[in-house]
Amino acid sequence: MSPIDEQHPEEAPEVSEEAHEHAHDEHHGEHEESFIWKYVFSTDHKMIGIQYGITSLLFLAFGFALMLIMRWQLGNPGQPVPFIGGLLGQANAPGGVVLPEFYNQLGAMHGTIMVFLGVVPLAVGAFGNYIVPLQIGAPDMAFPKLNMMSYWFYFLGGVVMLASFVAPGGAANSGWTSYPPLSVAVATEGQTYWLIGMVFLITSSLLGAVNFITTIVQLRTKGMTWMRLPFFVWSQLVTAFLLLLAFPPLEAAAVFQLMDRVLGTSFFLPSGLIVSNQILQVAGGGSALLWQHLFWFLAHPEVYVLVLPAMGIIAEVIANNTRKPLWGYKPLVYSTVFLGFMSFIVWAHHMFLTGMGTVMNAFFQTTTMIISIPSVVILTALLLSLWGASIRFNTPMLFALAFLPMFGIGGLTGLPLGLAPADIHLHDTYYVIAHFHYVVAPGTLFALFAGIYYWYPKVTGRRMNEVLGKIHFFASLVFINGVFMPMFLQGLAGVSRRLYDGGATYSHAQGVLEWNAFMSNSAFLLALAQLPFIFNFFWSIKMGKVVDSNPWRATTLEWVATTSPPLGHGNFETVPVVYNGPYEYSVPGRDDDYLPQNVAVQEG
Amino acid sequence: MEIPYTVEVRPDTGLYNAKMGIWLFLASEVMLFGALFSTYIILRTGNPDWVQHSMNVPLATLNTMILISSSVTVVMSWASLRLKNFARFRMYFTGTLLLAGGFMVVKAIEYNQEFSQGLFPWSDNYMGIYFALTGLHGLHVVGGMVVIGYLLGPGAKMWRTAPEQYVNRIECLGLYWHFVDLVWIFLFPSLYLL
Amino acid sequence: MQALLNRWMPIDASAHGARLDALSVWTHWLMAILFVGWSIYLIYVLFRFRAKANPKASYEGAHSHFSSYIEGGIVVIEAVLLVGFAIPAWAAWTDLPASGDIFEVRIVAQQFTWSVHYPGPDGVFGRTDINLVDDPGGNNIGLDRSDPAARDDVFSLNNLFLPVDRDIVVYLTSKDVIHGFSLPQMRVKQDAIPGMMIPVHFRAVMTTPPEARLPECFPNKTCWEIACAQLCGITHYNMRGFYQIMTQAEFDAWMADQQAALGNSRP
Ligand code: HEA
Ligand code: HEA
Ligand code: CUA
Ligand SMILES: [Cu+2]
Repeated sequence: MSPIDEQHPEEAPEVSEEAHEHAHDEHHGEHEESFIWKYVFSTDHKMIGIQYGITSLLFLAFGFALMLIMRWQLGNPGQPVPFIGGLLGQANAPGGVVLPEFYNQLGAMHGTIMVFLGVVPLAVGAFGNYIVPLQIGAPDMAFPKLNMMSYWFYFLGGVVMLASFVAPGGAANSGWTSYPPLSVAVATEGQTYWLIGMVFLITSSLLGAVNFITTIVQLRTKGMTWMRLPFFVWSQLVTAFLLLLAFPPLEAAAVFQLMDRVLGTSFFLPSGLIVSNQILQVAGGGSALLWQHLFWFLAHPEVYVLVLPAMGIIAEVIANNTRKPLWGYKPLVYSTVFLGFMSFIVWAHHMFLTGMGTVMNAFFQTTTMIISIPSVVILTALLLSLWGASIRFNTPMLFALAFLPMFGIGGLTGLPLGLAPADIHLHDTYYVIAHFHYVVAPGTLFALFAGIYYWYPKVTGRRMNEVLGKIHFFASLVFINGVFMPMFLQGLAGVSRRLYDGGATYSHAQGVLEWNAFMSNSAFLLALAQLPFIFNFFWSIKMGKVVDSNPWRATTLEWVATTSPPLGHGNFETVPVVYNGPYEYSVPGRDDDYLPQNVAVQEG
Repeated sequence: MEIPYTVEVRPDTGLYNAKMGIWLFLASEVMLFGALFSTYIILRTGNPDWVQHSMNVPLATLNTMILISSSVTVVMSWASLRLKNFARFRMYFTGTLLLAGGFMVVKAIEYNQEFSQGLFPWSDNYMGIYFALTGLHGLHVVGGMVVIGYLLGPGAKMWRTAPEQYVNRIECLGLYWHFVDLVWIFLFPSLYLL
Repeated sequence: MQALLNRWMPIDASAHGARLDALSVWTHWLMAILFVGWSIYLIYVLFRFRAKANPKASYEGAHSHFSSYIEGGIVVIEAVLLVGFAIPAWAAWTDLPASGDIFEVRIVAQQFTWSVHYPGPDGVFGRTDINLVDDPGGNNIGLDRSDPAARDDVFSLNNLFLPVDRDIVVYLTSKDVIHGFSLPQMRVKQDAIPGMMIPVHFRAVMTTPPEARLPECFPNKTCWEIACAQLCGITHYNMRGFYQIMTQAEFDAWMADQQAALGNSRP
C-alpha cells in the first residue's frame, strides 16, 4: 500500500494532491533503491491497482471539491466562498466571489475529472487491475510493462489536466463535451491542455483495454470456463471492449480539434462565423456537428463503462451477502454483452435537438429503448437474487442494496430522455443532470464504495470499521438524494443546466429556485459524510481488525486461493484449478454455506 | 509464477498473448482510421464548396510500391527467421527498415512541394484532412521504424536468449506493418485519385 | 401524474405540446409503477430474508416466471410508447406544414443575444450578408437595406412577437457558437447551430396572459422567456430573450408601428 502523507504542509489549491504524492514518492526514492521499483515503477498488477486506486480517489475528492465551489455559488450567488475563497485567485474569484468564467471552468473540469480521472480509473484501473487476475487465477496481467505504462499515461493525463488550471485564461471551459465552435474559436488555452490531456488518457485506456481483454481471454486458469467467470470479470471484459473500440474515434476527434486550435484548420468550423463582431479568419467549410458525433460515439459507450464495472461489483457483493447463487447468471452475462453491442448505436440520443430528420430520430429512439431492456434484465436478476436469501447487512452490502433503487431512478429517468418528443422539454435541463447523477453518483459511486469496503481486507489484511462504515453509508444516502432529487423538479420546470446563477434570472425558474440552497447544503453535508470514510480508510490500514484471508466466506478465487494480501509477484503459491461456478453458496447437503471455486466435490 | 502463454500458444484460443494483444490493438486502430476516413467523407460530402487539389500522384504511386514491397520483405524476414536463417532475416528486415525510411523521405519531398505551392493544413479542409491523415499514417510508419530498429539492434539479442519469443515479436511487428500498409492502400486512392 | 407534472412544468400554450406532455406523463407512469413496485418488493425482501429471520439461504432462490412477464410487459409498453406516441409525435413536430397560412421568422443567435428578423408585410426575407454585420450599429444580422425585399424587414433584439393560432416556422441559426433556443411554454427547444439553418415549427394556442407580458412581468419575474439551453460562453446564464404571443390584430398593430418607424407608410 502506497503510504500517504496526510500532514503535508503545502496546500496549493489545484495541484496539491498530485504534487504531494509525487514529492512523497521521490522523497522515499532517495532512501531505498528498491522503493522506486516496488511502489512507483511496479509492474505488479496489485501495486498498479493500488496506484490507480489512490490517484483516482484523490481525483474524485478533487472533482468533488470543484463541485462544492460551484454549489456554493449556486446556493449563495454572489457571496464569497468561505475558507478557500481567497485561494482561488483574483482572476477566477475576486474577493472570493466566483466569476462566470470560473464557474464554466469548474463545470467542465468537474465533469472531465469525475468521468475520466475519477470513476473510470477507480472502477477499471484499480478494481479491474487488482481483482481480475486474482479472480481468474492468473499470476499477473498479460502485459505487466504495458500495465505500468497505462498507469503513467493516466498520471500524465491527470497532471496535464491539473496544470490547465494555471494556463492563461484558466482551465477548459466549454463543458466536458467541448462542443466547437465554442471550444475552438472562443475557449482559452486551457482547452488545448484539455485535448492533450485527453490524448494521454485515451492512450492509457487503450493500452489498458488491450491488456484486460488479453488477460481475461488468455490467462484464465485451468477449469475457469466462460460460464464460471465471476460476473465482475465479465463486466470488466465488456467494459474493456467498449474502451478499446469507442475511444479511438474520440482520439481522432481530439487530434482534429487540436489542429483546429493550434494549426488553424477548420474541421469543426463552418464558413462565415462572426465571433465578437469579427469575421473569423479561417478557411471554413467544416461541420460543428461532426465533433458531436465523434464525441458521443465515445461518450455513450463511456457511460456504460461507468456503470458496468459497478454492476460487476454489486453482483459480487450481493451474491456473497445473500449466501446464495446469483439469480440468472446466464441472462446477466448475455445482457451485459448485448448492452455492450448496443451501446455503439445509440449515441445520437444526445443530439435529438440538433436538427436531425425523422428517420434518424426514429432509429436512435428505437435503439435507446432497446438498450434499456438489458439494464432492466440485469436489475431484475439482481433484485430476484435477494429472494430466499439470508441477507447479511454489512457495509458493502448496504451500499450494494442502495445501488439498486438509486440506479433504478437514474435508469428509469433515462426513458423520457430517450423518447425524443419528451426530450424536447427536458434536454439540457437539470432533469438530465439528475438522470445521470443518479446513475453515476448514488449508483456507480456507491458501488465503488461497496467495492472498497468489500475488497479492503484483500488488499490490507484488515477490515474497515463497520460503525464508521454505516455512518458513512446512511449519511451519504440521505444527503446524496438531497442533492439530486430536487434537480428533477428544476428540470421539469425547464431550468437549463450550466447556469452560473442557477437560473435566477429566468422567470420560469422562480418556482424552483429555493431548492438551490437546499441542494447546496446537502452537497456540503455529503462532503462531511465522507470524513468518516476517509478517516476509516487510512486508520484501518494500521488499526483495522485483522482478518483471515477469506473474511466474507466467499467462493471466488481471490478469496479462497491466496492469502490477504496476496503474494507479491505471482499471486498464488500453486496455480489454482477451478471446479465450480462462481457463486456456489448454500449448496444443499454441505455443512459450509459456501463452496469455493477451487474445491472439487465428489460426485455421489 | 510465470505468466503463461507468453511464448507458447493457448490451446483453446490458438494464440499467444502478444498476438492476441496486437490483434486487439489493430482493432482499435481500425476504429481510429475509420473515424478519420468518416470525417473525410462527411466533410467532403457535406460541403458544396469542397476544393480537391491535385496531388503528386507519381510520387504517391512510388510510395505505394515502396510500402507494398516493405510488406513483402517483412513477411520474408519472418519466414527466414522461422527457418532459423538469421542472416537472411536480418537482410530482409533491414530492407524493410530502409524501405520505410524511403517512404518517409518521399513523403517529406511531397510535403515540401505542397508547402512551396502555398498549401498548408489551414488552407482548406481538403489540405487539413490530407495532412492529418498522411501525418498520422506517417507517425505510424515512424513508430514501426523505431520498433524495427530496436528489434534489429538491442532487441536482437533475444534471438539467442529466447528465440521463439523473438520470432513471435517479429510476427507481431509484421501484423502491425501490414496494417500500416493497408491504411496507405486506402489513403492513396481516397486522397489522391478520387 | 398529469397533475403532478403540471405542478412543476410551465404551462403549455402550444398545439403540439399536449402530445409531448402526454408522452411524458405516460412514461412517468411506467417509471413510477416500476419503481414503486420494485421498492415494495425490495423492502419486503430485505425484511423477510434478513439473516436473523432466514438463517439458511435457499440455493434455488426464486422460481416464478413473474419477472419474465414484467420484462415482457416493459418491452411491450416501451414499444407502444415508441411506435404509438413518440415517433409520430416527433414526425408531427418536425414535418413542416405543407402550405397555407404559415408565419415565418428568422432568428439568429449570437453570444449572448437573440436577433429576430421578420420578413415584413411582403413576406420575403431581405438579403443578408455577413460583411454587413455591424453589432454596434445595430445591424446584428447583416441586413442589406438596399435590397428591395429588405425595405420592410423588421428587426428586433431579444424580443419575439408572434401571432396566435398560426403555424409558425422559425428559421434558426447562429453566428458564432452553438446556442439552445428554448421556449418553455411552447414546448419548443432546438439547438441553433452555426452553418446550419434549422426550421422549428409550432403553433401557439393561447396569447400570452397580461401578467406575463413586458414590461409588467419583468419586475415580477413572470415573463415568457426565450432561454438559452446550450453552454455558449461566459454569459450563457444570462442569454435571455422575451417572447409574446399576440392576437393577430395586436400583431398587425405592432407590425404597423414598426413599418412606420422604418418610414414605410402602410396602405
Ligand atoms: C452510468 C451512466 C449512465 C447510464 C447507465 C445511463 C443510462 C441511460 N441513459 Fe443516460 N446519460 C448519462 C449517463 C448514463 N445514462 C450521462 C452522463 C448523460 C449526459 C451527458 C451530458 O449531456 O453531459 C446522459 C444523458 C442521456 C440522454 C440525453 C439527454 C439529453 O441530453 O437530452 C439520454 C437520452 O436518451 C439518456 C438515456 C439513457 C437511457 C435510456 C439509459 C438506459 O440504459 C437506462 C436503463 C435502466 C433502466 C430502465 C432501469 C431499470 C431498473 C428497474 C426497472 C428497477 C428499478 C427499481 C428499483 C430497484 C426500486 N441519457
Ligand atoms: C462520474 C461522473 C460524476 C460524478 C461521480 C459526479 C458527482 C457529483 N456531481 Fe457532477 N457532473 C458530471 C459527472 C459527475 N458528477 C458531469 C459529466 C457533469 C456535466 C459537466 C458539464 O456540464 O459539462 C456534471 C455536472 C454537475 C452539476 C451541474 C453543473 C451545471 O450544469 O452547472 C452539478 C450540480 O450540482 C453536479 C454535482 C455533483 C455532485 C454534488 C456530485 C457528488 O455526487 C459528488 C460525490 C463525491 C464524492 C462522494 C467523492 C467521494 C470520494 C472521496 C470521499 C475521496 C476519498 C479519498 C480518499 C480515501 C483518498 N455535477
Ligand atoms: Cu447561448 Cu447559452
Ligand atoms: Cu447516452
